[in-house]
Amino acid sequence: MTARRLPNSGHIDRTQALSFTWDGEPLKGYAGDTLASALLANNQQVLGRSFKYHRPRGLMSAGVEESGALVTVGQGARRDANVRATTQELYHGLVAQGQNAWPSVRLDVGAVNGLFGRFFSAGFYYKTFMGLPPFEWGRGTGMWMRYEKIIRKAAGMGKASRAPDPDPYEHAHAYCELLVVGSGPAGRAAALSAAQAGLDVVLVEQDAVLGGDSLSQPQARADLAQEIKTLSTAGVRLMPRTTAFGLYDGGVAGLLERVTDHVATPAPWMPRQRFWTLRAQYTVVAAGALERHVAFGNNDRPGVMTANSARIYLNRFGIRGGEDILIATNNDSAYSCAQNLAQAGAHIKLIDARDTVPRQLRAQAEQSGIALHTGMAPLNALGTKGVTAVELAQGNPGNWRQAGVVECDLALISGGWSPIVNLLSHRGIQPVWDAQQACFLPAPTTEPLALAGSAAGIWDQAACVRSGQAATQCALAHLAGQPVPKADQPSGGWEGAITPLYEVSVPRRNPKAFVDPQHDVTTEDIRLAHREGYVSVEHLKRYTTLGMATDQGKMGNIIGLALMAQALGKEIPEVGTTTFRPPYTPISIGALKGRNIGGHFRPLRRTPLHDWNLKQGGTMTMAGLWHRPWYFAGTGETIGDAYVREAETVRRTVGLCDVTSLGKIAIQGPDATELLNRVYSNPFAKLPVGKARYGIMLRDDGFVMDDGTSWRLGETEYFMTTTTAHAGKVMAFLEELLQTRWSNLRVHVTSVSEQWAGVAVAGPLSRQVLESCTEDPGCVADSTLPFMGVLETTLKGGIPCRIARISFSGERAFEVYVPSDFGPTVMQALWDSARPLRGCLYGLEALGALRIEKGHVTGAELDGRVTVEDAGLGRMASDKKSYIGSALRKRPDMTRKNRPRLVGIFPRDRREIFNAGSLLCAADHVEGYGEGWITAVTHSPALGHWIGLGFINGGYGEWQNREVIAADPLRKGNTGVEIVSPHMFDADGERVYG
Amino acid sequence: MLRIPCPFCGTRDHSEFSYGGDASVDYPALDAPAEAWLEAVFQRENIDGVQEETWQHLHGCRMWIIVERDTRTHEIHSVRPAHPGMAQTQSPERGPADRS
Ligand SMILES: [Zn+2]
Repeated sequence: MTARRLPNSGHIDRTQALSFTWDGEPLKGYAGDTLASALLANNQQVLGRSFKYHRPRGLMSAGVEESGALVTVGQGARRDANVRATTQELYHGLVAQGQNAWPSVRLDVGAVNGLFGRFFSAGFYYKTFMGLPPFEWGRGTGMWMRYEKIIRKAAGMGKASRAPDPDPYEHAHAYCELLVVGSGPAGRAAALSAAQAGLDVVLVEQDAVLGGDSLSQPQARADLAQEIKTLSTAGVRLMPRTTAFGLYDGGVAGLLERVTDHVATPAPWMPRQRFWTLRAQYTVVAAGALERHVAFGNNDRPGVMTANSARIYLNRFGIRGGEDILIATNNDSAYSCAQNLAQAGAHIKLIDARDTVPRQLRAQAEQSGIALHTGMAPLNALGTKGVTAVELAQGNPGNWRQAGVVECDLALISGGWSPIVNLLSHRGIQPVWDAQQACFLPAPTTEPLALAGSAAGIWDQAACVRSGQAATQCALAHLAGQPVPKADQPSGGWEGAITPLYEVSVPRRNPKAFVDPQHDVTTEDIRLAHREGYVSVEHLKRYTTLGMATDQGKMGNIIGLALMAQALGKEIPEVGTTTFRPPYTPISIGALKGRNIGGHFRPLRRTPLHDWNLKQGGTMTMAGLWHRPWYFAGTGETIGDAYVREAETVRRTVGLCDVTSLGKIAIQGPDATELLNRVYSNPFAKLPVGKARYGIMLRDDGFVMDDGTSWRLGETEYFMTTTTAHAGKVMAFLEELLQTRWSNLRVHVTSVSEQWAGVAVAGPLSRQVLESCTEDPGCVADSTLPFMGVLETTLKGGIPCRIARISFSGERAFEVYVPSDFGPTVMQALWDSARPLRGCLYGLEALGALRIEKGHVTGAELDGRVTVEDAGLGRMASDKKSYIGSALRKRPDMTRKNRPRLVGIFPRDRREIFNAGSLLCAADHVEGYGEGWITAVTHSPALGHWIGLGFINGGYGEWQNREVIAADPLRKGNTGVEIVSPHMFDADGERVYG
Repeated sequence: MLRIPCPFCGTRDHSEFSYGGDASVDYPALDAPAEAWLEAVFQRENIDGVQEETWQHLHGCRMWIIVERDTRTHEIHSVRPAHPGMAQTQSPERGPADRS
């Protein structure tokens, strides 16, 4: 191949030379070049090594379908593998490297794989390694994994960087009435006519420059520039460098905008890529068509590419790809390419697989000095690292005989055109085979979208423009709610009909002919799969990996289908096609994640006391989305020291804990009591005003959903608290009940979780703390506020508050709620009075220790598989009333005696430690799932040793005085434990009365 | 992604909504026998076509709505408030408040 940049042609900016390196070699290109065109202009032939056989590969195309020039761009953490050189814009300082080769793509040791080609044929891995004896013994997996490693080393693609991606990405949203995909003649016509009709239009183009096929026309681009200016003036939002990678329900399109992939040193505040979710009322797909290859011997040699790509390199980039060029076609489209190249001074030999060629085309060829031969096709490319000649075949498809050799340094192939129907396939619109045009066309659809241009199989440019305008008429009718007109632009537009041509071969010669060059799938692989009994295209695809490379079969799918059809003795439509799925072209994981990483991975909820807690030296932990204080370590204290001290202090004096994250729901209305009585499993009908009650809610299926308290503030008003974890679920469930099932109940539920800050004041001295903070110290006396009493009063400074005497720790305790903004002030006041009493602040870890000692259940126990009885709360559930879950909680399996029940756990040797998550097993049968499990453990300051909560079949009654093992095979091993009552501390509950 | 026309807010992405369940289920009275509850809670048709389902506009107006959706195409045929009283206030003449 002797490619060279021609003087004064193409649409590159010759005043802006750009330096870049290819495999360490400094080269030059121009602004407006792609990496591919710059490499071609520098006459670089071997740009890659193939997946399995390490065959040398060069440019095969000029676009997204590229399967040869897959390269690695960038360095260090910004190294990006498998980049198509044809779509990477050149920038100053770009560093590109060949991949899947050592030491370089030009001299690759791995090429020896090619000599053992038969070992890499379809299904080879499965057949060879899956059949090995170890598989029969059941130990095969390890064997397979060992071989797989070797195979993966031999076959492969570029290597991704292992460093974290340093680039920012962004998510963006947009809306429009009409989305136009593609800025070729059809797309521009659709966008302009729609904008002129007053529609809000977005035009996306994957290329850096708008124009589509118009960019590869030899004429000057002045008209195009004017046309794009008109579009912009008409109000069309133009989005170049943006790929519509998927179409989804409801007119949603996924767009990927490459914001700085073409910039040498992007500004640090610019995202590398932007992931758009665009909602469009109507979509016009004018995505164009891709030119097909033909399978013939060594058709993957560098220097073999599609005819249209040579036309693009010539007219857009000013590069003539060769001097002696063979063009092989089966349709009219390659003739203009031949003419352009001849005018650029190349010697052209044009062979056409058809017997007859339209007279006008023949005359044009002759005028341009092109030697035209009909009834001929390429049979085998010669040359190793680049094509030097092509053996020809004569005859007609299916009946070829060898016919001489033609020397050439570039072989251009046109095997017909495949409209880009991928986006429609995303919408479930299966393409239909059009035998006349030898391509798949989309079936009619009721979706709000229309096709235009060559995506609809229209080859004539003027007809493409008309089809774009017609598509706009469809959009306008749809938006006006009128019947959508049928497309009146017929497909086609060539003077002579295409002759289908997928493969050229002659008997007794079988050089490698590639169908899917990116995955090294050959014609022989397809036939082998057929011989082995594969008949469905979906199976064929998976067995041969045809179409499963990064180009998703853009290059080889149709040839593969045609060969399969031929082998089966069927027609292509009978064989069908595989479904294209998003994304149309690869998109980076970075774009999908956008800014949702690190601290932004999920929303963060802070309580109003957050800063206050931090100021007091609190260490935070995640509880769902909430940040809650975990422990408050004193000087030199570990977490273990801190929580033990905190828990001890609560039992001895008093402790304060931020409990704002509990769910809080205002329940108001004449039927509020009725609602609570229906959703709680325990009675609520007779709860007096000024009292709170602990309640357990079940789901419809009878399992425990959540527990919490409800405070009766008035005749028709309650204040409900839920667990932190289930706050949202409980709220949505109450709303569901009131709106869908019990719409006659006169009740409003309102989430007030954000409105109230909450503090638990717990410990024998808790009342003293409150006394010094309330305006009326007497209001918290035992007589006015007994256990489970509720009070609305004011704190010093006139701060309104709600206090209930509720205990989670088992000590005399209060929950105090104040409007959120008063949170820090009130917390400070409480702390000021608690500190002199030798009180403490305590966090989630101490809270856990206290509640485990008491056997109080929480999220770790209420995991959705637990009945009220399992949780040891069976006595609370009413048998006298009906409530949510009351019918189904009586199912036989939920009432059987040997269900896992809540128990307490002590280590047999009190000095021992054990882990949450351990399985509980009978000592003589440590096996399988055991008899139960441990949900929570803590060191108990009150008892002086480690304790746990868990579930075991049959519960305490069944296991007391029996030897039990806590099995933790992956961490600690076995620990001997005792099963005890879950109420491990103050079993009679005297301390709450203090 | 589905786009659901909320009768109160207009058309919104389905990520603002949370799926409830089969809207055709008539939940029995709380004191109904277990068999009736088994039927309501566990027995579901796997519909190939149009079905009514409840959704909540969780990150919007928080209203429960009934969506008539085709399980094959995801086409949404109708949307109405789940609360019968609310549904009545939205007469066809007034139409859904589609301010998408
Ligand atoms: Zn809404």
